[in-house]
Amino acid sequence: MIKIIDYGMGNLLSVKNALEMVGADVEICSRPDDLNDAVRLVLPGVGAFRDCIGNLQQRGFVPVLNDLVLGKKIPIMGICLGMQVMAKKGFEQGECDGLGWFDAEVRRLQTINPSHRVPQIGWNTIEYKNNITLFNGLPEHPDFYFVHSYQVICKEADEIVAICEYDGPVTAAIYRDNIFATQFHPEKSQDYGLQILKNFIRWDPYRNA
Amino acid sequence: MLKRRLIPKLQMKSSSHVAGQLVLVTTVNFDRVIEIGDPVSQAKIYEAQAADELIFVDLDATREGRLTDVKNVRRAAEEIFMPITVGGGVRTVEDFRYLLSNGADKVTVNTAALKNTKLLTDASRMFGSQCVVLSIDYKKVSNGVYEVWSNGGTVNTHRDVTEWALEGERLGAGEILLTSIDRDGSRSGIDIECTKNVVSSVSIPVITSGGCGLARHFVEGFKEGGANAVCAGTYFSFKDENPMQCRAQIKNAGIPIRLHK
Repeated sequence: MIKIIDYGMGNLLSVKNALEMVGADVEICSRPDDLNDAVRLVLPGVGAFRDCIGNLQQRGFVPVLNDLVLGKKIPIMGICLGMQVMAKKGFEQGECDGLGWFDAEVRRLQTINPSHRVPQIGWNTIEYKNNITLFNGLPEHPDFYFVHSYQVICKEADEIVAICEYDGPVTAAIYRDNIFATQFHPEKSQDYGLQILKNFIRWDPYRNA
Repeated sequence: MLKRRLIPKLQMKSSSHVAGQLVLVTTVNFDRVIEIGDPVSQAKIYEAQAADELIFVDLDATREGRLTDVKNVRRAAEEIFMPITVGGGVRTVEDFRYLLSNGADKVTVNTAALKNTKLLTDASRMFGSQCVVLSIDYKKVSNGVYEVWSNGGTVNTHRDVTEWALEGERLGAGEILLTSIDRDGSRSGIDIECTKNVVSSVSIPVITSGGCGLARHFVEGFKEGGANAVCAGTYFSFKDENPMQCRAQIKNAGIPIRLHK
């Protein structure tokens, strides 16, 4: 069973619908105890960094997630704000600690050319590392749907597995061990997005990275 | 590279045949109404044609003092995996929460934002500005002068369009949706001047709409108007235009756009 973490923020319905479309058994979980028998986890999110980590803490998700993801190595996928909150620190509405799973900071998109507006909203092409099985089955230059004002800046370049161009490179996906996360919304990216979700539900991080 | 977007608009009104059911419509100058059919079937056609986003608007919600009906949005979200914006009758932060948890990715607000400017600020603090779309319906007064109309184009607020867009951005909107009431359903082309004025003033993305009747009109909206997205109801609804050909023409004009889904 794939468990979607419901901490009161985000369009969970779309994530659930999209995972079901590719054949997954899915449950939306609003209590940390419900996560214990998860085979995979999905951390979605829409909103601000501070509220996101605040809600996760308040509902008691943080220690459970640390145990499942860092201890038991359950595969997890973060989406949009769910990716950002995996960073050490965020700077939206003031400096704030995140889950700290990636040595990274979340900062506002800085664009110089005024045609690159913030938020970035729309379909952008990603460049991805094709040795990552989560990108199996995609064409060479696929478009995905982005909607965000902040971006993840990783200290470890190796952990960045996809980027898009938005007046400079923007982190589009990060990856380490059993953790995979995208800035774009696979559940909103039509066929290519569904392909990534299909890859995720078959992903065995310790057999075929 | 970030692509420009083509956005079919699904306007809904209470059916004149079946009580309590919403039907897809097109309008002319926000007034004359033509019933088209089932909004979700139409949405699926748009999905197959690689539309970049969809906007659902319940035109009767504000007048009837209720929030937009989410039945169609929920149905669409079960089968369509693309961004969905929903509007109509949105008045409170709770309305935002309700729509976002029923399949909407972004919410448009129009009349209520004019009455209560705190709404944009509160909603963007709570859910992020990226899901707060300020919808502005306007009429041209004279060259260079455009006024904002509220309540589905029935009340003149005498506010300047560009000023309101700028204030909307400052208050927390993450995107502007412009609709020309004069050109709605006219197929006479986008109001380039007003689009350009707003695009050059704000720093958030601008969707322009009202008047698309030819593929050329989309090209003009992007090239001359500078819009990030062009939205159309009438153009796509009658199915006598081919959106894929329209995309190819836009691409041929040198505008970055998605050709396949």
